Amino acid sequence: MDVLNELGDALANLNDLPRIGLALALVAIAALISRWQQADLETDLLTASVRGFVQLIAVGYLLELVFNQDSPLWTTVLLLVMIVIAARTSGRRGKQTPRATWIALASIGVGSVLTLAILVIAGVFDYVPDAIIPIGGMIIGNAMTTASQVMNRMSDDLLEGRNQIESMLALGATSQQASLIQFRRALRNAMIPHIDTTKTVGLIKLPGAMTGMILAGASPLEAVQLQLIVMYMLVGAVTFTGLIAAYLTYRAFFTGAHQLKPLRPLPDAG
Amino acid sequence: MSVVEVRHLSLSRGGSPVLRDVSLAIEKGEVFMRIGPSGSGKSSLLRCLNRLEEPPPGSVFFNGTDITTRPVTEICCRVGMVFQQAAMFPGTVGDNVAYGPAMRGETLPPERVRELLDMVALDDPGIAEKSAAELSGGQAQRVTIARALANDPAVLLLDEPTSALDPIATRAIEETLLGLRDRIGLTLVWVSHLVDQARRVGDRVLLLNEGRVVRIASAGEMLDPELGDERALAFANGDEAGLNGDQRGSDHGRAE
Repeated sequence: MDVLNELGDALANLNDLPRIGLALALVAIAALISRWQQADLETDLLTASVRGFVQLIAVGYLLELVFNQDSPLWTTVLLLVMIVIAARTSGRRGKQTPRATWIALASIGVGSVLTLAILVIAGVFDYVPDAIIPIGGMIIGNAMTTASQVMNRMSDDLLEGRNQIESMLALGATSQQASLIQFRRALRNAMIPHIDTTKTVGLIKLPGAMTGMILAGASPLEAVQLQLIVMYMLVGAVTFTGLIAAYLTYRAFFTGAHQLKPLRPLPDAG
Repeated sequence: MSVVEVRHLSLSRGGSPVLRDVSLAIEKGEVFMRIGPSGSGKSSLLRCLNRLEEPPPGSVFFNGTDITTRPVTEICCRVGMVFQQAAMFPGTVGDNVAYGPAMRGETLPPERVRELLDMVALDDPGIAEKSAAELSGGQAQRVTIARALANDPAVLLLDEPTSALDPIATRAIEETLLGLRDRIGLTLVWVSHLVDQARRVGDRVLLLNEGRVVRIASAGEMLDPELGDERALAFANGDEAGLNGDQRGSDHGRAE
């Protein structure tokens, strides 16, 4: 019954609909431009807008519920659901990688949980839903992008570099030694954008978390301090996830006897 | 004892058989050829001999030892391989030559690097310090041979080592490889699609048809120059009709 009462309260909180409607006018203009320029995106725009609306409102209610419960159990369940969704999304991207979904689940899961655990144990955040869910969301979202990037880059490079890798294996290199170049490249490729963002933060654009806090009425200095925490933690999360994803991807491409698995039919198959 | 012995080796790739009950023995210092066109799966046999592909246990022996009972990294040192495309690793020519020993934590002395480069006729002063990316195709292939020799192999597997090279570079590489056989008793297992090449360098030629050994005979016997190249190649691939030009392609029913 509590839950129903809370839902009722929450419904009453949807008092911003007129403003959302006004913002929607921008989508309508975009649709008109699309039609005028024959970009043929009107249907896509409509679907995306409706889907985005329904998704976010549903998430809003879900978060209201979980925040009001204030229970570590529900917080944990929600985090796990987020990790699973992220792993499935990332797994679908890494089509060329064997067992991509499992690699994504392991790397996003361990990377995110490890980062969150360090933040909570160090006392940066309390394990309460209104801190852990948005922070966890940012971490998991970034970890997801990293896992996809690492899997894609590495499987592309391993397939492309097949000749070089097999030449190394044929000289007695282990699979780890033979894929070192691809491993490092994939990890660097995933980490560099975050390092660059960290370098230029505030100079090019105000980051999301900070923008949100300022809009919600926080002072810029408060917002900046939170943003610093967010940035540093994302660098950590991306590094943990990237490292695990790169390691598991390399493992997925080799047999235990240091042989590169024939994933695509080799040119002389027959 | 044969250096390499294959006993009843069968292998499938993607559900279709590539090798069926193949048995053969290769002697020390021999140039053992396997010729055939691209797409005949001829690399698979070669790749099983150094465990680049996994042969079934008890089917491939090196100096009498089942290679699946030894670590892959050890087999790869004793049985070297040279590929069609010479893949240069980042770094200098010297780094490339020293790669195998470096992977085992050993440092190849510069004198040994120079000696190995000499053995493959790369004797320009300063070549070891040159960037490997700057080499011509023929030079790069020489470096891959020197790189394999750095592991002190008894056998060299050659997977169409000259098919990316021009005729002059091809002949030079052939000479180098035969010279190595004569000087250090290296055994060569050589896959080629050139009948001419098999005639020039081969001691014995293996004839497989649909993955089965049809015949192993001396190169002279099997690749009689009287036979045209095309017919000799067809014959080497087990196409009996290749011997009777008039019947070829008539009712054979084999899609190429």
